[in-house]
Amino acid sequence: MTNQQWFEFVEGKWQDDIDVRDFIMKNFTLYEGDENFLVEPTDDTKKLWEQVMELTKKERDNGGVLDMDTSIVSTITSHGPGYLNPEQERIVGFQTDAPFKRSLQPFGGIRMAINSAKAYGFEIDEEVEHTFTHYRKTHNQGVFDAYTPEMKAARSAGIITGLPDAYGRGRIIGDYRRVALYGVDRLIEDKKTELAIAGGNGVMSENIIRDREELSEQIHALGELKQMAETYGYDISQPAATAHEAFQWLYFAYLAAIKEQNGAAMSLGRVSTFLDIYIERDIRNGVLTEEQAQELVDHFVMKLRLVKFARTPEYNELFSGDPTWVTESIGGMALDGRPLVTKSSFRFLHTLDNLGPAPEPNLTVLWSVNLPEHFKKYCAKVSIQTSSIQYENDDLMREHFGDDYGIACCVSAMKIGKHMQFFGARVNLAKALLYAINGGIDEVSTKQVGPKYEPIRSEYLQYEVVVERFDEMLEWLAGLYVNTLNVIHYMHDKYSYERIEMALHDKDVLRTMACGIAGLSVVADSLSAIKYSKVKTIRNDDGVAIDFEIEGDYPQYGNNDARVDDIAVELVKSFMNKIKQHKTYRNAVPTQSVLTITSNVVYGKMTGNTPDGRKAGEPFAPGANPLHGRDKKGALASLSSVAKLPYDDSLDGISNTFSVVPNALGKDEEMRKSNLVGMLDGYAMKGGHHLNINVFDRKTLLDAMEHPEEYPQLTIRVSGYAVNFIKLTREQQIDVIHRTFHEGH
Amino acid sequence: MMKGSVHSIETYGTVDGPGIRYIIFMQGCLLRCQFCHNPDTWKIGDGKEMTVKEIVDDIKAYLPFFQASNGGVTVSGGEPLIQTVFLVELFKELKKLGIHTAIDTSGGCFSNSPAFLKPLDELLAYTDLVLLDLKQIHSEKHKKLTGKPNEHILTFANYLAKKEIPVWIRHVLIPDITDFDDDLKELAAFIRTLPNVEKIEVLPYHQLGVYKWEALGIDYALKNTEPPTEARVKNAEKILATGLMI
Repeated sequence: MTNQQWFEFVEGKWQDDIDVRDFIMKNFTLYEGDENFLVEPTDDTKKLWEQVMELTKKERDNGGVLDMDTSIVSTITSHGPGYLNPEQERIVGFQTDAPFKRSLQPFGGIRMAINSAKAYGFEIDEEVEHTFTHYRKTHNQGVFDAYTPEMKAARSAGIITGLPDAYGRGRIIGDYRRVALYGVDRLIEDKKTELAIAGGNGVMSENIIRDREELSEQIHALGELKQMAETYGYDISQPAATAHEAFQWLYFAYLAAIKEQNGAAMSLGRVSTFLDIYIERDIRNGVLTEEQAQELVDHFVMKLRLVKFARTPEYNELFSGDPTWVTESIGGMALDGRPLVTKSSFRFLHTLDNLGPAPEPNLTVLWSVNLPEHFKKYCAKVSIQTSSIQYENDDLMREHFGDDYGIACCVSAMKIGKHMQFFGARVNLAKALLYAINGGIDEVSTKQVGPKYEPIRSEYLQYEVVVERFDEMLEWLAGLYVNTLNVIHYMHDKYSYERIEMALHDKDVLRTMACGIAGLSVVADSLSAIKYSKVKTIRNDDGVAIDFEIEGDYPQYGNNDARVDDIAVELVKSFMNKIKQHKTYRNAVPTQSVLTITSNVVYGKMTGNTPDGRKAGEPFAPGANPLHGRDKKGALASLSSVAKLPYDDSLDGISNTFSVVPNALGKDEEMRKSNLVGMLDGYAMKGGHHLNINVFDRKTLLDAMEHPEEYPQLTIRVSGYAVNFIKLTREQQIDVIHRTFHEGH
Repeated sequence: MMKGSVHSIETYGTVDGPGIRYIIFMQGCLLRCQFCHNPDTWKIGDGKEMTVKEIVDDIKAYLPFFQASNGGVTVSGGEPLIQTVFLVELFKELKKLGIHTAIDTSGGCFSNSPAFLKPLDELLAYTDLVLLDLKQIHSEKHKKLTGKPNEHILTFANYLAKKEIPVWIRHVLIPDITDFDDDLKELAAFIRTLPNVEKIEVLPYHQLGVYKWEALGIDYALKNTEPPTEARVKNAEKILATGLMI
């Protein structure tokens, strides 16, 4: 099959099958040079960005939300066109009919929609509320109809937390590139063929019925995508013929997804090297200049920065700073050994210079020790300047996910268009340890939440006894957890199915059940304290252990000390094994992450005193980080401890956030860059998975707390994403400031 | 097995030698520099006793970082050359692993006695780089600043030159104490006689270590001394750069 829009492209299997990877491998142009070709923003770019910054200020002055649609339920076609300034915008399209106006998305849960409007002084139209309360059931209501009392108790005690049971689950990446490469008509045709054969000669089982319904929904959604593009004056039924069209087609596809889903993470995939193929062709043919190419990237990225959802204050406490996780994965290596680095890998990172630092899109470099040196140095340079990039170990992930995967949310790798995940948030392991000690009684509420196992009654905690009880408690927790997730994802598929995202997937998708753990370092240190020093329990009148006294020192996680690091490793392995034993919805493959996002603060707040000496209410460390200030032997020791956690048992990612003051990286810019590259290479070689890099002094943050208006774009990396520092809650700002800043000596 | 007296370890050093470095701060020093930012490393015998094996086992974990950044291990202090015999054993093991080794020293304990030179010669055979502090070229001023004259330190510098050990010279720049153009020129002239010097670094004086003096209850003589201005640092760099043989 061929198409006039595909002129000059190297032919291949991609023409006959939907196979974007094959297209990329046959057509991308490796770039191994340095960043000197990059250009400044155009005047139009600067004007648009000024307009965005003004609107951003208005939004902040207005308490965090500028405008909200309170009556039109958001669908792919619900809103007419919206613009910043159509004269200047190369890439068009907003979620509603105006920028900064948040859409109304009640399918995940009407209560969430009402409360998020109320929190910012808006009121949802009565009729909408009535409809979604009485006539159209939501995901949220479905979940609560099926939850057991035990699930509800575990949820409100905070031992299972952050569950996507009241809003969109997210973490599904449509292969938005398909729309640019094939045009919508071809994709519809393909889905129609699949529908025609689904269950054609078999029993109409529940699975087949569901497949047929889902395929039909996907076809409808693709049709609506075309209509939506038409309102902006574009016919996207055919493949994109130019770089401009490729960007625009791809963005429309993504826009359709965010108009219909307010998922926690609405990630973009891996588009820069794909789009580079179109840029290269246009530049080769003299129809595009470098200025225009960068302008396309800048304007596209500007749109991604303006993705907005309506959220409640409770949600913001968990995931602070209005994150959307428009994660874009850049770089990495092809299976044949070529780096997948193109000039557009540079152009995307360069937006942080042209438009200034920003948390979104969540720019993620897929790091390999074999990436071109110039690219590595450039990444380091941008990190040092902006603290806006995260790094994930391609050498580790490529083995599992090949060379066309992307990161959803923070650290979850998935093959684009072939894998999806059921996002499962996380369980609070620190609380589970306290349940083990207290026989299932919650240390905060003193209610019986967990099973009524034998509590530990001795005055001093004995390691073997604690480990045995903890193991039993985790068995219970893993079972309850997987069952809870099964309920959530059954209902999400039923009431808030991701039609357009799944239309941009293969029919036979591998699903993962992405479980997670929080409080790893607290538990590892607690068990270490019990094993290597003496831990005395302090009990209330009912005999519940509510505090602990530690006598003597104990080895702490984060110092490359095998005595305690081995405990952390064992915890990761053993919880994964427990998860694996349970039946999952749609036979999803169970995985696990060690990631908290910013919820480490809230989880800490809900958890009592722990045997490691952490006081009730104090934050956990984020992700897989050592607890603040306990990593005393410097950065390499800290990184080495985290790198020991086995990725094979935590395939949904292991998040580590690293902050360093500029001077500790080296004396001058050249040395700082090469030392940061060396650190990233070393961490990758040691098998570390993910690293957020922050480079700044603590005093900058303190000043930003006092004078937020002077730091509108100050961006920092937190666990798995980046955030506008001034949008964090004060508690979270303080938590960030308390974290370990590596200062060398 | 022989033990060394270690004050502390920093696994991520980027300013004491090339690349990313594992820094071992050895305990004990004979000098009493007024600007010292680690006065807690002065007292001999106060450190943690560690065997070569303990240290090397820990260092092994960081090989990928050294490899990726062309880094290695630096022994600092305190004054590492007080424990030369221990360092010989340590560096022997590190060289077996192919690790770049550096000594950050003031040379303050150098002497021509055979008892000192024999282990020193052995140590230098396993040493890739010496970071040598030359604090003041004038012996009188040196004595005021550090408690000791500097002749033996200059002898040490010549000794390293004779042995052809690569050296980076470091000079802490303190306003009114080590920041005089004439002194700097004289220092540069001295350095010019040393063919083994690869690099000269100016370290601007800072007060980050003052809290340690307070904690130790010792009087900090430079209380009123401010860090040098950027212009003075540039000036010193320019003058000292003339010390490099081309």
